[in-house]
Amino acid sequence: MRGVKAWGANAAAFALPFVVLAAVWETVARMGVFPAKLFPDLETVARTFVDLASSGILWQHAEGTLIRLVAGFLLAATIGVVLGILMGRYRLAEDVLLPLVSFGFPLPGLAYAPLFVLWFGLGDVPAVLLVAVASSFTIIINTWKGVKAVKPIWIRAAESMGAPEAKLFRVVILPAALPYVITGLRLGLAQAWRILVAVEMLMSVSRGLGWAIFGAQQFLNTDVMLSSIAVIGAIGVLLEKQVFERVERYTVVRWGMISA
Amino acid sequence: MITRNRISRAAFWRGAAGVIAAVVVWEAFARSGYFSRALTPPVEAVLAILWQTLADGSMVQHALYTLGRVLLGIALACVIAIPLGMLMGRVRAVERFFLPVVSVLMPIPSLAWVPLFVLWFGIGNVATILVVIYAASFPMIFNVWTGVRAVDPLWLRAGTVMGADRRALFRKVLWPAALPFVITGLRLSFGRAWIAVVGGELLASPEWGLGKAIFDAKEFLNTEMMLAALIVIGGFGLMFERVVFQALENRTVARWGMVAAARR
Repeated sequence: MRGVKAWGANAAAFALPFVVLAAVWETVARMGVFPAKLFPDLETVARTFVDLASSGILWQHAEGTLIRLVAGFLLAATIGVVLGILMGRYRLAEDVLLPLVSFGFPLPGLAYAPLFVLWFGLGDVPAVLLVAVASSFTIIINTWKGVKAVKPIWIRAAESMGAPEAKLFRVVILPAALPYVITGLRLGLAQAWRILVAVEMLMSVSRGLGWAIFGAQQFLNTDVMLSSIAVIGAIGVLLEKQVFERVERYTVVRWGMISA
Repeated sequence: MITRNRISRAAFWRGAAGVIAAVVVWEAFARSGYFSRALTPPVEAVLAILWQTLADGSMVQHALYTLGRVLLGIALACVIAIPLGMLMGRVRAVERFFLPVVSVLMPIPSLAWVPLFVLWFGIGNVATILVVIYAASFPMIFNVWTGVRAVDPLWLRAGTVMGADRRALFRKVLWPAALPFVITGLRLSFGRAWIAVVGGELLASPEWGLGKAIFDAKEFLNTEMMLAALIVIGGFGLMFERVVFQALENRTVARWGMVAAARR
């Protein structure tokens, strides 16, 4: 019984800021600072949300966005981890690639989005490629750092015990570098997520939450825009809580590497 | 972020070779005619337009507008985020109230708001700067909040015992101890703001700005201008990361011997 009560108090504490926020929103909406079309009251937004959700339009957009996110991220993870490991293990790869990577890393992916449109046209291909390129730099840099951070004494110990390169890599370097790699993947996925929505606005994909927002802007459908943003926020929270934290718990924390 | 203690001469030449190789590959690709020349201009065309726009001042003006928006946005974000993060770290009620809101708003990409901001505030500066503020605030709030909570309670108690009042405690203990986190927050904020400003300029089309320059150039298939603007954007990003933040860190936290705390 006390557990239920404590849970109730927690839920109330969690809900309070949103209630206050909703009240402020509603007041602004009803005061008419902005026209109702641009700043709809919450009832309208909720009704639109339910409409879009029950007719399935919202889920179609969300599905398009998620597929693009997964495709782009997998591509980025493959490129990033491979290049990062090469750079960490081989001096030559490091010296040659590091200047290019350091220049590409702070470059906002959106800055080359228009170029990708010119090169690859509109639609899914450039969107996925752009997300992949933009999020790969973080993964490269973290993987590279992780491989560099492997204690040389572990490598030397394994070598003197006669481990061949392949085994050395599998048994020593990979597990030791993994916390960094996972951090890199996590940051990479977050970056892919942040950029994807904007990319969808520029690439006019057929379905996607970013495109839904952008399309709704043309018709002043602020309620549609807010519904899409709500779904974007929900997916973002899910990614953070369900994917990242879980991956971390199942791998590095379990192997006791997080404090290493 | 990428720091190397010493760059050997061999490493430098290999790096230069990498850059040259990339340029040569580009040049070969550009001249192969696989894409039309309008889409992949040769290097000299890019450098020519870079030089030309720098000389007539238009690139400088684009860059200044972009930089101004980033700096103004970050400054305003700091004004909001640092006090809020501090309060969240120190006052339980504030933390309980704001943490849910922050955790729900943070994963929403700032650029998702651009079309909405454009409807509310029109195209141009206001919408662009608002996006920058949105993008820059959350890393700052989060880092300051973490930093304040990471202050060793023993230091606070020691300060109190030695008779420090609230102001002294804040100025002499809390602020310096949290500063490495504030600087990390500033770095992350800059990274986010830099992305947001380019996206904001693409979508909210203010009059000037590097993002706007790229977008306008695309309308006229002016690929060399797009690449030139891209080089300027990359150059600024690299400069801020390497020069400005490195110097800031060296002057403050490294000097006070607090970097170990920042890197923890």
